[in-house]
Amino acid sequence: MSDLQSPAPSAGQVTEDAPTVATAAANAPSAAASTGRSLLPQSTLLRHLVLLLLGAVAAVVLLEITDPFTNSQLATLSYYAIAAGGLTVLTGMNGQISLGHGALMAVGAYTTALLLQEPADALPLPLILLISVVTTTAVGALVGVAAARLHGPYLAGATLALAVGLPGLAVYFHDQLGGEQGLRVRAPRAPESFESFIDLVSGASASSTKWLAYVGAICLLITYFLLANLVRSRIGRTWRAVRDQDVAAELAGINLGAWRVLAFVVSAAAAGLAGGVLALVVRLAAPSGFTLVLSLSLLTAIVIGGLGSLLGALLGSALLVFLPPFVTDLGTGSGLSSTEAAQLAPFVYGVVLIVAMIFAPAGFVGTIRMRWLTQKAKRSAGRAAPADSSRG
Amino acid sequence: MGPLAQPTGSQKTHDTAPTARLEMTGINVAFGGVLALTDVSLTVEPGQVHGLIGPNGAGKTTLFNVACGLVRPTSGRIVWRDRELARLRPDKLTSMGIARTLQGVGLFPGMTVLENVMVGAHRHAKAGFLSALLALPTSDKDERLLRERAMRALTELGAEAYAGRYPGSLPYPVQKRVALARALVSEPELLLLDEPASGLSEDEMTELGELILSVTGRMSVLLVEHHMDLVMRVCDRITVLDSGKQIAAGTPAEVQANPAVTEAYLGDAVDVEADAAELTHADGGRTHG
Repeated sequence: MSDLQSPAPSAGQVTEDAPTVATAAANAPSAAASTGRSLLPQSTLLRHLVLLLLGAVAAVVLLEITDPFTNSQLATLSYYAIAAGGLTVLTGMNGQISLGHGALMAVGAYTTALLLQEPADALPLPLILLISVVTTTAVGALVGVAAARLHGPYLAGATLALAVGLPGLAVYFHDQLGGEQGLRVRAPRAPESFESFIDLVSGASASSTKWLAYVGAICLLITYFLLANLVRSRIGRTWRAVRDQDVAAELAGINLGAWRVLAFVVSAAAAGLAGGVLALVVRLAAPSGFTLVLSLSLLTAIVIGGLGSLLGALLGSALLVFLPPFVTDLGTGSGLSSTEAAQLAPFVYGVVLIVAMIFAPAGFVGTIRMRWLTQKAKRSAGRAAPADSSRG
Repeated sequence: MGPLAQPTGSQKTHDTAPTARLEMTGINVAFGGVLALTDVSLTVEPGQVHGLIGPNGAGKTTLFNVACGLVRPTSGRIVWRDRELARLRPDKLTSMGIARTLQGVGLFPGMTVLENVMVGAHRHAKAGFLSALLALPTSDKDERLLRERAMRALTELGAEAYAGRYPGSLPYPVQKRVALARALVSEPELLLLDEPASGLSEDEMTELGELILSVTGRMSVLLVEHHMDLVMRVCDRITVLDSGKQIAAGTPAEVQANPAVTEAYLGDAVDVEADAAELTHADGGRTHG
């Protein structure tokens, strides 16, 4: 990995092949330049279905080898990761910052909670989650139309207002939305087929916690499958064009406003689903669950993971979910009182954040990808240098 | 096929001869109280290269922006494809068959060269949001077609070797070619080039001139440029502006012989002679590169 071993670039010779902007380092290109032989299937659908299947297998294995507590942590991870995945599309790929995604999650969570207040099993769970997504998408479209006209700090300010203001609605409509106490969510029962499935794979008890963890995992996999499809297509490319150079994008025939709104809508849909899963997993939809801290945590997750990368969003969310309890355990293990140990967690979290930003400004995925691309470029530059320099 | 549609380029992406004419008549533009353009008329004939020159502040860029609907004239008519162009959002240009390059480069830094050019082919995309969301085969097929178009444009400009690279790591002249490929890939009927030669060396400018001449069979070109030798070499007609007024128009030879141009634009006669000398020189050495 040492730079000392690679030949020094001569004047005019190009060795860098990584994007020169750190914020784009984690973006996977939408089209490969060389049609080289690859083990992966040519069809995007097939490729992503293979990944989806692998993800599903990994999820089942992970949920079956871990204890119930970790199961519930994984369920928490699933809704964080769903929301972060949507946000990374908006912020990473389209360049719009949103501090209001926590509020959009609240819309999804309250929709799910309200629909579950109905007499038992009035609506099937997938339909309830779908309605939550549609409701949040509609709210997201409204916000997106306003957001498309704003940039940078103004957009941050506007979405900040959303994050601060929207949960207040729950207090205002006390009778319908339960006020500060929020709405209790009666988690739906697992279907028979789930019990027989669990019996088949591990023979463990098909608890309600496990069922909800599976619901979260399924939602996560579907969301990431769809988002990955978009990211790898013309849609993702157009979003990035709008992010990088709006004037040039416009001259290429791209309606900037429409594409910005589309990004916001897609992102809001993911936030809505995340909110729905949150309501199921936490079994409560209350204003205290959707503070500004939630929105900021999501932003932190995607920045640490690598802006614009779904894998990065997943990794960042995992850090968000697993680091604090890990540190607390470590603290109590080394003789701290439980209060002291709990206070240690935010500190370590802050330190990790600072260290990550110093050593990996492009996030986990971005930094690794940039390293890899640079290495690859150096190797190919060694071979192709004569051809390269003759072209000028 | 008109006489202007002689095949000149090696790759033909579409073989219909350009027929649309850009006509600007009596253009006046005022910013606040300041007259930027006064009664300027200009017609870009199909398949021709029309040069727009003038000293700094003459109103070249303003007229250029009027031509593509970015600046709305205070009065005057712009007709393109028998349609008034005065009210146009910039993102509607490509669908009208107009492509425009930016001064400088304006590439998307976070995307590969190939992706940059594929964005230029945006208007040829057919697959919609839903097929992309579900990764349907139609989306894949569409992507393959866009990719082929982009590679063809890059190959035509000799930049196909850089397809997988990111623009920020490429030499400036290569970036300019990529930017040109991004404009050409939309298959415009009118190409608006905003100072394409800035920052290029003599040799690169010669190559650029040949590139421009090679696309004229397929499209008309309106060129804003202050490198006189390039303008004289590639343009069929030239319009000269000074202080927002049109002071001369005609073939390169006519414009060069016009004393008003000599006086107002070039300042002194020595420059014209130097340019004329350069012109004959450049004509002789046009086959290299």
